Amino acid sequence: MTEAGSAARPSGYIRSAARRRRLRRRIATGRAPGDPRNIAWLYVLPGLAFYGLFTLAPLVHTVYYSLFSWDGLTEKAYVGLANYSEAFRDHALRSSFVHSGVLILFYAVLPVLLGLLLTAALTRNPVRGFRFFRTVLFLPQLIAGVVIAQAWTWIYDNTGPLNRLLELVGLGSLVRPWLGDFTWALPSIGVIGTWVTFGLCMVLFVAGVQKIPTSLYDAARVDGAGAVREFLAVTLPGLRNEILVAFVLTTINALRSFDIVYNTTAGGPGGTTLVPSMYMYQNAFLYNKVGYAAAVATVLAVTIFVLAAIVLRVGDRDESS
Amino acid sequence: MIAGRLDRVGAYVVLSAFSLLAIYPVLSILFLALHRKTDLVTGFAFPTRIDMSSFEAAWTEGRFSTGFKSSFIVAATVTVVSAVLSIGTGYAFGTMRFLGDRIVFPVILLGIIFPYEATVIPLYYDFQNVPLLHLNLLNTYWALILPQIGQSVAFGTFWMRAFFRSTPRSLIEAARIDGATSFGVLWRVLLPQARPAVMTMSVLVFTYTWNEFLLALVLVSGSESHQTAPLGLSFFAGAARAGDPTKVAAAAVLVAAPILVVYLFLQRHFVRGMLAGAIKE
Repeated sequence: MTEAGSAARPSGYIRSAARRRRLRRRIATGRAPGDPRNIAWLYVLPGLAFYGLFTLAPLVHTVYYSLFSWDGLTEKAYVGLANYSEAFRDHALRSSFVHSGVLILFYAVLPVLLGLLLTAALTRNPVRGFRFFRTVLFLPQLIAGVVIAQAWTWIYDNTGPLNRLLELVGLGSLVRPWLGDFTWALPSIGVIGTWVTFGLCMVLFVAGVQKIPTSLYDAARVDGAGAVREFLAVTLPGLRNEILVAFVLTTINALRSFDIVYNTTAGGPGGTTLVPSMYMYQNAFLYNKVGYAAAVATVLAVTIFVLAAIVLRVGDRDESS
Repeated sequence: MIAGRLDRVGAYVVLSAFSLLAIYPVLSILFLALHRKTDLVTGFAFPTRIDMSSFEAAWTEGRFSTGFKSSFIVAATVTVVSAVLSIGTGYAFGTMRFLGDRIVFPVILLGIIFPYEATVIPLYYDFQNVPLLHLNLLNTYWALILPQIGQSVAFGTFWMRAFFRSTPRSLIEAARIDGATSFGVLWRVLLPQARPAVMTMSVLVFTYTWNEFLLALVLVSGSESHQTAPLGLSFFAGAARAGDPTKVAAAAVLVAAPILVVYLFLQRHFVRGMLAGAIKE
């Protein structure tokens, strides 16, 4: 290996001084550290090969399929952008994105607000034993979507715990099969999403608060700020990054949400919980409209990418100003 | 002082209430699973005695010995291979500069954002007849292992790069002056320190792979012997829920159990990985 030989050269001191200068410059410009060494490719290539063949290539291939009319069996027919113009006019697809919008409220907005509220309640005083609570609050993150779907199918069941609770508190008139109800099925799935993500948001925010300098809080208290002012003037701005990250993660979750939808309502009743990923699956593997399904998948992927980019870009701009 | 104490009590009340909300759905399905069909369970279903018969029935009727075997083979292979590959890519991106690094790294990061939904259609058709090799990988473990290695490498590269960037440069320089090769630096100097980072990455990749559903649904539903545990649960629930909800509940508990046990012992890795992974993005 050549670099072993060059490192042993006696001019090490001078080289390292020069290197330090270069390192400093690189840190200033945000470049990766290290010497220019093409041996790096040896370490990158194996991983890159797997990623390229089994993630990147299929991604590109999806876009390619979306330009064809194809039932998956007979010959493909090139149709240009016809699948996209069909997608544009497709009411089912449009309503699936509207459903995703509703789910974003439940999966992203609500957990972030809830997380902030809880953080506000917790940061006035140090809470002992927070690690125990953190363990519990994090739990929903780790459970498979299929399992979550089974748990909530039971909770929402006609004879399940939720309806029993409603009867107990005298709201028996509200009892219904929640996931089979045209109006309530979508919000019911939304609540599952809120349950999955609120703990993550909260733990993320509480960890973020611990990085805010206490001097800021001291200053606020000296200025006589109350709990609300203190939260708005110190905590909220200090959590900017965490809030952005939480929004990106939870919004992506909301737009995907395949496992839970497939295993609770499968898009029903009457298409009221149809989401884009479910619609993509139906078109590709049940209706044999493979080209159209690829177009739906592409629209979904682009939507996710654009949303993530916007949120992160907005964050960057605010930071630099 | 009194106000302070009230604040503190209030904080505990709030925390306890929300912790209860977080754990209740998990408990409710466990309670249901501890009954048997003839109990005709309704409502909160607090178990009055512990009855494991639903678990036994679910395990055999849902063929979960096969499902667990498949899930373990797939998750373990994906975890080990993607860890080795990500250590390599992370090392290169974290400590070296090379032609094309500023283009390749962002392209790999894309893989973290893009969902399986956007890749599963070509995977289904290309695995039926792999180009050039003319193999049919559909309904084999390979169909699940290969794409999940690809996607895990995206996360792993990002994760290990962050770790290698945070190790002091002087350590690498010193080893180099002592005549270590680039592999020697990685193997003898950096990896011994990287153990916690590698552990965290492995725990997360294993969990994601164990829980994965869409790929399994599309790529191995045709072969009963290759179905993963979550896919088996989905099929079992569809077939058995109307007949006996306690059995489906027991099956769900079984599928979640391995990850929950790992979480009990390694919860620090889970929390750290998910928080740090989220923030560094």
